[in-house]
Amino acid sequence: MINKQCPTVAEAVADIPDGATVMVGGFGASGSPIELLHALIDQGATDLTVINNNTGNGEVGLAALIGNGQVSKMICSFPRSSQSKVFPRLYREGKIELDIVPQGTLAERIRAAGAGVPAFYTPTTVNTVLAEGKEHREFDGRTYVMEPWLKADYALIKCEIADPLGNLMYNKTARNFSPLMCMAAKTTIVQTKILVARGDIDPEHVVTPGIFVNRIVEVSDPIHEDVLIAEGRTYP
Amino acid sequence: MSWTREQMAARAAQDIPDGSYVNLGIGIPELVAQFVPEGREFIYHTENGLLGMGPPPAEEDRDLDLMNAGKKYVTALPGAAYFHHADSFSMIRGGHIDVCVLGTMQVAANGDIANWSTGAPDAIPAVGGAMDLVQGVKNIYVITQHTTKTGDSKLVADCTYPLTGAGVVSRIFTDLAVVDVTDEGFQVVELAPGITFEEVQDKTGAPILPPE
Repeated sequence: MINKQCPTVAEAVADIPDGATVMVGGFGASGSPIELLHALIDQGATDLTVINNNTGNGEVGLAALIGNGQVSKMICSFPRSSQSKVFPRLYREGKIELDIVPQGTLAERIRAAGAGVPAFYTPTTVNTVLAEGKEHREFDGRTYVMEPWLKADYALIKCEIADPLGNLMYNKTARNFSPLMCMAAKTTIVQTKILVARGDIDPEHVVTPGIFVNRIVEVSDPIHEDVLIAEGRTYP
Repeated sequence: MSWTREQMAARAAQDIPDGSYVNLGIGIPELVAQFVPEGREFIYHTENGLLGMGPPPAEEDRDLDLMNAGKKYVTALPGAAYFHHADSFSMIRGGHIDVCVLGTMQVAANGDIANWSTGAPDAIPAVGGAMDLVQGVKNIYVITQHTTKTGDSKLVADCTYPLTGAGVVSRIFTDLAVVDVTDEGFQVVELAPGITFEEVQDKTGAPILPPE
């Protein structure tokens, strides 16, 4: 019987090596897999390339991973936010590299990797500095820019409900990039608030089919990034 | 009297047809939702995966996993749908969203818009979904003060800041006037009460045509 359950977050992230490329689900605070990120801080892998829409908030979760010096490069669409302090400081000090990708292009590059499509053309960035040096091509009289797929070694994902096969459901706008990242990473690690038995999720309601998931760890009382920040918490 | 932020938003709302799927940018554009003309329904899209976005909830009704692209807490109206980011940007890039209302730093007489970066050497670039929106949404409206705090016109002959998109803006709602981007450049459609065409002309950084 297939069972992708992993007993602890520590075991779930134990094999992530130095230099790995790691996708992290979430858009701002919603959907951010805080417990998996904190486990990765405890684990200590360094020189990571992290793919996320943002760069974390406060000094917890992704921001704490960056602040702990474990991330050498961020690939994201929007590194600034009112509560993002760690990344801007390290970026200005030249201690972290930034690859800026428009949000829709970021999503589609991740989706393309999961779908086995090496590149696609998009109108986004045409006539802007972000299109410089990229292949341009005309279709039906309009110019498009070629964008390559974006793969990762690992994805760290938070969901609401999972079964032992890795079928997933999310909560509201916490879904965001997570279903795409599950598809695009070689090893997808998911923390779930609720773990149900095989057969308990209606097949019609599965958002991420279990084929895209490798490890499931139950975190039944996940801490929300917004709550940690409101309480002024830091990690470690 | 120039238009207030609320009046600018209300004026923009007048130009959105009933039944439109609408994406509102951060800032003054967000106010458009408060001024939907009577008898019309707009369905709001937010990039982070919600169609059918409703107003902010009371604090006790907040769901921390229900936010908009500006990372503010929102609600989902009856008939709403959640989806992942690739579907969300398929709605944008695929031309399914009817109207996007954006703020801006500069907009040019040829419809170019610059609203993501000042290009300053110490600025941390942050583009978000702006470049996808301006290329994909059918009608790009801009709401902006006519001039900056230091008096420079935001309506210019050529954008000096890095572009978000070229030739994409169709209509601009400022505190002084409603301005169209036409093949001949800027053209005033309507003046705010008590504002003269000459004043608008004086505060516009490019040639501008009077109302027809």
